[in-house]
Amino acid sequence: MKTPNQNQNKNQNQNPTQDPRQKHIKNLLPPVLFALFIAASLIFRIEFGQIAAGHFLDFGSEMIKIVPFAFILIGLFEVWVPTHVVERHLGEQAGLRAHLWAILLAGTTVGGLYVAFPVAATLQRKGARLAFLFTYIGASGVCRIPMTLFEASFLGLEFTLIRYMVSVPLIILSSELLGSYLQHRSYQIQS
Amino acid sequence: MIVLYILSTAALLASLIADRRKTLKALKIALGRFLKLLPPFLTMLSIVALILTALPSEVCVRYLGGDNLAFTTGAAALLGSISLMPGFIAFPLSGLLLKQGVPYIVLAAFTTTLMMVGVVTFPIEQHYMGTKITLVRNLISLLIALAVALIIGLYFGELL
Repeated sequence: MKTPNQNQNKNQNQNPTQDPRQKHIKNLLPPVLFALFIAASLIFRIEFGQIAAGHFLDFGSEMIKIVPFAFILIGLFEVWVPTHVVERHLGEQAGLRAHLWAILLAGTTVGGLYVAFPVAATLQRKGARLAFLFTYIGASGVCRIPMTLFEASFLGLEFTLIRYMVSVPLIILSSELLGSYLQHRSYQIQS
Repeated sequence: MIVLYILSTAALLASLIADRRKTLKALKIALGRFLKLLPPFLTMLSIVALILTALPSEVCVRYLGGDNLAFTTGAAALLGSISLMPGFIAFPLSGLLLKQGVPYIVLAAFTTTLMMVGVVTFPIEQHYMGTKITLVRNLISLLIALAVALIIGLYFGELL
């Protein structure tokens, strides 16, 4: 008697959207496997795993120095900055000049892409237009100020200038195309 | 990085003084989003660790000095796409390679894909953007990076 009932429940769960907690656990599978592999490597002294553990800690500690602070700023932004401010500067009626705002914002973004995505998600919730957000994401790869200074000093100012002159217009163009296309399909960046 | 610390601490203090309840809500949002990001974040770190161990990029980059420009540029783009390297390591390294005679076009392909194309950050990007848009965005970024490399190669007279 119980089995058909349970089956029905399962079907109901699958139908709307996948149970978020289940998804969470499924997503944790790769890092858990990695952790098991590392544990085994430490016990059986497998060199590959020991080196991998070192890399994991190196990059992890580098990012953990940035990510929590970035998320605090995102949280504060979410509660304090009113929607109409974002809409005016980055919204539907903001005009193409808003790409420039997006690039300036990207220039000051710390860390890189992995910080740019949550920021873009927050900005979209506040009414920013998708095309500007794609520009922001693209620019936060190539236009960060500290990185640009490094580049110019090691590869020369000409190299940096050409890279900007080629990549920035292409980023704006592709963002405009992709953003406009997805906006009509009410695409949402998940947060 | 220090700017980030000062800015976030100052903003948090100012917010606390202005409205404690709102600040608490902000911190709750921050914590919730952070916890949601944690699984893809750890997945990404695992992938990075495995790839770096199998193919140490600092070592691979040293093979970029080959004679076949199309091949080395392609290899550089591939290497840049699958690596994750902070700018303060990547650019000094590129400067060193430049002195050793690696052409600008190869370095442009490497550094630009490094900055724009994220194969190892795929789990994080997918978490926010979904699989399809992540693929499209990275493909567009790869094309832009190749365009940058091409123009830089032309400018420095390495192609014609």
